Amino acid sequence: MAKAIAKKNTTAKSAAPKKAAPAVKKNTIKLSFDTLHYAPAPESKSSAKIDAQYNLFINGKFVKSQSGQYYDTINPATEEKITSVAEGNAKDVDIAVKAARKAYEGVWGKMPAKERSKYIYRIARMIQERARELSIIETLDGGKPIRESRDVDVPLAANHFFYNAGWADKLSYAFPNKNPQPLGVAGQILPWNFPLLMAAWKIAPALATGNAVVLKPAKTTSLTALKLAEIIQEADLPPGVVNIITGNGSSMGMALVNHPDVNKIAFTGSTDVGKVIQKAIAGTNKKLTLELGGKGANIIFDDAALDQAVEGIINGIFFNQGHVCCAGSRLFVQESVYPEVLRKLKDRIATLIVGDPLDKNTDIGAINSKQQLDTIQKYINIGKKEGAEIIESTCAMPKKGFFCRPTLFTNLAQSSRLVQEEIFGPVLTIQTFRTDDEVIEKANNTPFGLSAGVWTDKGSKVFNMTTKLRAGVVWANTFNKFDPTSPFGGYKESGFGREGGMHGLAAYLRV
Amino acid sequence: MKRVEVLKTYKIYIGGQFPRTESGRYYIAKNKAGEPLANVCLCSRKDFRDAAVVARGAFGGWSSRAAFNRSQILYRIAEMLECRKAQFIEELIKQDVAPAQAEEEVLLSIDRLIYYAGWCDKFQQVFSSVNPVASSYFNFSVPEPTGVVSIIAPQDTSLIGLVSVIAPVIAGGNTCIVLASETKPLCAVTFAEVLNSSDLPGGVVNILTGKPSELVKYFADHMDINAMVYCEKDEATKKLIQEKAVLNVKRVFCYDKIDWNNEAEGQSPYFILDSQEIKTTWHPIENIGGAKSGY
Repeated sequence: MAKAIAKKNTTAKSAAPKKAAPAVKKNTIKLSFDTLHYAPAPESKSSAKIDAQYNLFINGKFVKSQSGQYYDTINPATEEKITSVAEGNAKDVDIAVKAARKAYEGVWGKMPAKERSKYIYRIARMIQERARELSIIETLDGGKPIRESRDVDVPLAANHFFYNAGWADKLSYAFPNKNPQPLGVAGQILPWNFPLLMAAWKIAPALATGNAVVLKPAKTTSLTALKLAEIIQEADLPPGVVNIITGNGSSMGMALVNHPDVNKIAFTGSTDVGKVIQKAIAGTNKKLTLELGGKGANIIFDDAALDQAVEGIINGIFFNQGHVCCAGSRLFVQESVYPEVLRKLKDRIATLIVGDPLDKNTDIGAINSKQQLDTIQKYINIGKKEGAEIIESTCAMPKKGFFCRPTLFTNLAQSSRLVQEEIFGPVLTIQTFRTDDEVIEKANNTPFGLSAGVWTDKGSKVFNMTTKLRAGVVWANTFNKFDPTSPFGGYKESGFGREGGMHGLAAYLRV
Repeated sequence: MKRVEVLKTYKIYIGGQFPRTESGRYYIAKNKAGEPLANVCLCSRKDFRDAAVVARGAFGGWSSRAAFNRSQILYRIAEMLECRKAQFIEELIKQDVAPAQAEEEVLLSIDRLIYYAGWCDKFQQVFSSVNPVASSYFNFSVPEPTGVVSIIAPQDTSLIGLVSVIAPVIAGGNTCIVLASETKPLCAVTFAEVLNSSDLPGGVVNILTGKPSELVKYFADHMDINAMVYCEKDEATKKLIQEKAVLNVKRVFCYDKIDWNNEAEGQSPYFILDSQEIKTTWHPIENIGGAKSGY
């Protein structure tokens, strides 16, 4: 291994200093991919049991959709069909909502909180037990690297159930001087970027607070939610407490939003769709939480630990192919370190492996769908047309499937569409700044306000920045970290309400 | 000859100044018997937009004031109201409130300001959390003001409703634009004079008078307003506000079932929380291998 690592020395120029200054080392250790290849290390698919077709999960049973139709769900890395999934419609939504209402009125709403709690713990444990299977299916269906589904999505999903389970009989402690009560039936609509994790973010707090659930996963990534339905069935949760229905977002999702017997809507997805939903429930008494788009600023000051910061930038934008609402998609580098940071970034993206999501060496998996790949390409073309400079990695690309190279853009105006709009792919825009005030102004100059990152070794600067950045989650000297105890959610057009932590409970309670 | 009384001109309050409406329009506020009480500014969309600009400008300074300082200023507002209570009682009586109730309303308004003055530097502690994440990070969540809030004040009272909706919004560090009660606007203008002599920076509270039916849509659809408060039961207007709010994903709060005269429901730190965002901050904790705790 050591043999294959080529050390590239770029020692500082030798204008002999008068005083003996300590030598400045500017080494970059680069992997030479001309001589080094990773052997394939694919995760075996054998521990994932996938049926030939999947039905809707309503009232504790798997049932055919009213239309009897199915759609194919494909593996975006190979474009091959994985299985077929029931295509629901508004009638199925109505049946599911009725089942949820019955379960809420009849069983779940009346159950002592400590018993409710134990069901949720049970689900958490079963997810842990089936973690490997869930990881593989998540990667097959969504295209994300197995390393991420195995180490992030699935364990976090289990932890969300585990964390929220314990709240069920302790809710009054979270709301001083109040007697919080469940809302009733919660309609929940998921995005396709973290299918199982988002299901956990939504279902776990809803159950802990005593609500019944109708959940609609994204059409392209329904499989792990249906696997979760199997777990819920196995956990013997009373029928109807959780219903999982699959199909089109625009028709079924809106049928759920508009259903008169739903008390609460929780949506994670694009700002455009979020606005449609906010408008649809205007004039009703439905409670709403929206987790929408973002355009996270990641800010590097000249006193930051640059190598760590570069790793953070890479993780900030390329985690999950950049399909992350809180991605650090706008990089701001202080001018004095711009050349060095850019060089390090170029070196680093050259080492990223784009390929088979099931391979444990893969850094960047498949783009979730053809449609999303087209969107990303559209933005890359806009960038080129606007005169921005593009830097792409030259890595080998798989011949089939939907893939996108890690891409950087420099020489951008603040008004560029690449800087202002959410791309939701592995595309990073790079801008520079001189002063704290300038970068705060630029970072906040967006309709979004979901996440931000700051890299500096100076504690007082960390707190100045984290206070002034108008975003719901701010990472200092780190990025893209998540935890069930940590509230998540946006300012401004990134939505409202929080998910996770103690604050996430409020979304499902009448306080 | 009997001395000729000097009548007061009821003007609006924007950016710490008392201009007339730019529209030059007015309406006559009357009591129940139909007797005219005053000529009042009939504000326009332009007045609201002007107020939005100064409210945004004032937000940075007000939100970064020490919570303790905000608390002192709210207390100062209460002091000023206390020493001018006779004037407010008189205005309430003019607007058909019985003398005993008028006094009660003014005293309750003063107490409400004291209540929220006290919360300025405490609600953060009640609603914050340090989150025990399962990794080597220090992680905490704190409330921060959402920004500029537009408010249609309760229409059935002249003072207590107005005070009850302004106080929690500014206690939390937001700035606001308030449309006073259309039919009972006198106390709102006089309250602006109280604010103006209370060390409250100009632009933090802006008070307009006029017709909700005309202005509500602008309060709801302005792109530089972060949240809106509406206190009436009118379902059609509520729907209109919620639809207009979608443009910039505005937060909308309808306080239509609140009896502001009732201490148990008319005041609470949860009203402050409504115009707050929760911000979560992460920072790594260095995990030095082999190091033990300091015990």
